[in-house]
Amino acid sequence: MTAVEDRPAREANPAAGAADRPIGFGRIQRKEDPRFVRGKGNYLDDIVLPGMLHGAILRSPLAHARLVSIDTTEALAHPKVRAVITGKDLEGLNLAWAPTLSADVQAVLATDKVRFQGQEVAFVVAEDRYSARDALELIDVEYEDLPVVIDARRALDPGTAVIRDDIEGRTDNHIFDWEAGDAAATDAVFAAADVVVSEEVIYPRVHPAPMETCGAVADYEPIDGKLTLYETTQAPHAHRTLFAMVAGIPEHKIRVVSPDIGGGFGNKVGIYPGYILAVVGSIVTGHPVKWVEDRSENLMSTSFARDYIMKGEVAATKDGRILAVRTDVLADHGAFNATAQPTKYPAGFFSIFTGSYDLQAAHCKVTGVYTNKAPGGVAYACSFRVTEAVYLVERMVDVLARKLEMDPAELRLKNFIRPEQFPYANKTGWEYDSGDYEPTMRLAMEIAGYDDLRREQVQKRARGELMGIGLAFFTETVGAGPRKHMDIVGLGMADGAEVRVHPTGKAVVRLSVQSQGQGHETTFAQILAEELGIPPEDIDVVHGDTDNTPFGLGTYGSRSTPVSGGAVALAARKVKDKARAIAAAMLETRPEDLEWEKGRWFVTGDPSVGKTIQEIALGAHGTVALPEGIDGNLDAEVTYDPPNLTFPYGAYICVVDIDKGTGKVKVRRFVAVDDCGTRINPMIIEGQIHGGLTDGVGMALMEFIGFDEQGNCLGGSFMDYLIPTSMEVPDWETGHTVTPSPHHPIGAKGIGESATVGSPPAVVNAVVDALAPFGVTHMDMPCTPARVWEAMQGRATPPI
Amino acid sequence: MTQISVRVDGASYSDDVEPRTLLVHYLREQLGKVGTVVGCDTSNCGACTVHLDGEAVKSCTVFAVQADGSEVTTIEGISSNGTLHPMQKAFHEMHGLQCGFCTPGMIMASIDLVNDNPNPSDDEVREGIEGNLCRCTGYQNIVRAVQQAAAEMSGGTAPATEALGAQS
Repeated sequence: MTAVEDRPAREANPAAGAADRPIGFGRIQRKEDPRFVRGKGNYLDDIVLPGMLHGAILRSPLAHARLVSIDTTEALAHPKVRAVITGKDLEGLNLAWAPTLSADVQAVLATDKVRFQGQEVAFVVAEDRYSARDALELIDVEYEDLPVVIDARRALDPGTAVIRDDIEGRTDNHIFDWEAGDAAATDAVFAAADVVVSEEVIYPRVHPAPMETCGAVADYEPIDGKLTLYETTQAPHAHRTLFAMVAGIPEHKIRVVSPDIGGGFGNKVGIYPGYILAVVGSIVTGHPVKWVEDRSENLMSTSFARDYIMKGEVAATKDGRILAVRTDVLADHGAFNATAQPTKYPAGFFSIFTGSYDLQAAHCKVTGVYTNKAPGGVAYACSFRVTEAVYLVERMVDVLARKLEMDPAELRLKNFIRPEQFPYANKTGWEYDSGDYEPTMRLAMEIAGYDDLRREQVQKRARGELMGIGLAFFTETVGAGPRKHMDIVGLGMADGAEVRVHPTGKAVVRLSVQSQGQGHETTFAQILAEELGIPPEDIDVVHGDTDNTPFGLGTYGSRSTPVSGGAVALAARKVKDKARAIAAAMLETRPEDLEWEKGRWFVTGDPSVGKTIQEIALGAHGTVALPEGIDGNLDAEVTYDPPNLTFPYGAYICVVDIDKGTGKVKVRRFVAVDDCGTRINPMIIEGQIHGGLTDGVGMALMEFIGFDEQGNCLGGSFMDYLIPTSMEVPDWETGHTVTPSPHHPIGAKGIGESATVGSPPAVVNAVVDALAPFGVTHMDMPCTPARVWEAMQGRATPPI
Repeated sequence: MTQISVRVDGASYSDDVEPRTLLVHYLREQLGKVGTVVGCDTSNCGACTVHLDGEAVKSCTVFAVQADGSEVTTIEGISSNGTLHPMQKAFHEMHGLQCGFCTPGMIMASIDLVNDNPNPSDDEVREGIEGNLCRCTGYQNIVRAVQQAAAEMSGGTAPATEALGAQS
């Protein structure tokens, strides 16, 4: 760490956290900590309402089976059971199926058949948590087995069982085909290229597994028809609108409250059947109903991530100029297409797979298929499939480096988009906002001592030891997004912010986004502080309550800083402008004669005469004669429709040692240099990176949701879905550069998902590098000891 | 129903519980001590860690009846008169928490760890909190926090500069 500390950051933006700024950007401690360290957070399961009942879900033990009958008689006879709800009951309410974020439908409770193990079949409402679970055992369900479709590669074979026979006219398991780039131009470049490499690269199914599972407390009040719905949601406003559309409750009668959330990681974006069932349970019983899933339910039935089978190809010249990248992807979406992404992007932003390189052509084709697995796909800090895109290109560049016998760092440096090319239009339709890749790469290599590491590796190889060095250089795509192109089920991806300065100069900022630990209550106060000069401790940040915050799309895709951060800065600037007019009235001068220093308007040429923002606030709420066109108070509201996404980037280097006898991979070092433009709070950024790197190591080495041939989920608890403990991850070595986003109001880019996106290829590239003496050129995640052992013997079994 | 008597965070309680009631549910649902949370169903995550007669236990893996006659300390019982326990203070100062969900259990496990080993090395801290999963922090700042608190708890000075000053 010390090595990093001594290294001056390249500060391209003078606004970025300079030490002489006591207010605003910089390393300040978190405002949310005092309650969390005392056990005084308010999470979903902490909520208790008068008369509250408890719900529990009966789930399918089978992956694909016709539902013959459900007998609830015994469960209903349980003395503490108040209701048992089945798919038939929901059919009567037209709620047995609910629309997904991908214009498909998902069964809330199965009516015709079950389509994945763990699917919701019945809902019990009882007086306490234990009785609700007891009653599940008393429900008798008769199933008739159907053939199971697990391997996405067989899903489209003729004669394969049709999973979605609920959809009129459907005769196969095909969901969509989608493509980007220019196929003909790409084929032409490949046909003429000196060198072509190809590899099947699988990004296996994993799960975000937030420490807190999903849950809801629904409180329907029949007298005024108002529904209050407490939910573990990353997007409370979108949920409110969707509930209005689905359940037919008028939107002004729905209040969605997202309390403190124990981690989201994309798991808590969509609407799960349990949320709808809690609402139905409350309507049916006339009591508030709490539903909280357990860990196994979370892993088996809520949004998985990844599951992309990618055939990657790279065309290059003999001396290492990368010309084109081409890929054909098979996407396993499970039984219902509930993937969360902007409407026009069925494969998310996968087309950013051209990476950080200046290509002549690129093309991708993605085919989505149904299988007998839980729905999901977009989750776990993926930035809408950017994890997959970056993994593909960074793995393939290493494959090319091996083929050309070139150093992978040298190959990357040779092909980077150059700083003067920004804004850079890539070959699949993205316009990268800014970047200066080489210094970031050089800094990572310097921190890692890259040349020394390579020398050490040569010595170790001579002794028969397995040491690997893996690089990844990624470009992220975050901050969805411009309304013109991006919406979630028709809701444009803009975000609102509302700033109020109280008479005594304290302020409140209300957000449409929803923190799940990312520190919004601190960093959004810092943005306002930076703009208005009000200290962060005098600013309260309100989020998560749709009755009390402006509309917006929520927190995921690292979009909070790019979109909501922009909204807050612009709202603050409106306040500042208004404050200028009021200050002018107070000082009996003209607004154009005033100058701003942080927190104060003063008279040009006479800095001693001025009004602080606090004095102006009191004036605005007081009896000062306000100028024409200026009303009282000191408030502003902004909805920010971003002109483009932001494109943060980073250079990661991973060093692994592999035990030759056992196949166990030890991550010895990990260097991460990130560039997210202007840095609002370096401490919080580092924490985000540490967490994301841990995700990446977990995915690369341990995490996997597998299935057997019968469709049994093999990753359905923390006994077999392994996430890193403190023992599997090293001390992280971080560094940074600063290349602001030119279009963003404060030059800031998103950062939350960068490390999860960038780290898996670095780890796998390191593992493959270590295994080079065995002739290994690729191995799929997770690189568990058993699979690494298999790779040493030949080729590891594909993780399908 | 079985009657139990326990002291929790310094107060005495006598309650009827079902023998099958887990300690974590007794604490949360009968006593309202919701600072202690549940993160899994297989005893892996440690989010429910409390002290039972001074030792860290996963309260999802203890029946409330087993705590009869015992002294239980939760995250809500370790600060006194509004003053944070050194471990709570260190987690805040070292940014050892994000979503806060693992934090109560992590802090309780860490206090037990430092009670047993007042001056733990990096590796000893990592091994000591292995039973507590965190999805947000990547553990590094937690390790720093535990070391800072350990120094304060044993009256020494905190090795705080490394993590705090790493970069800005």
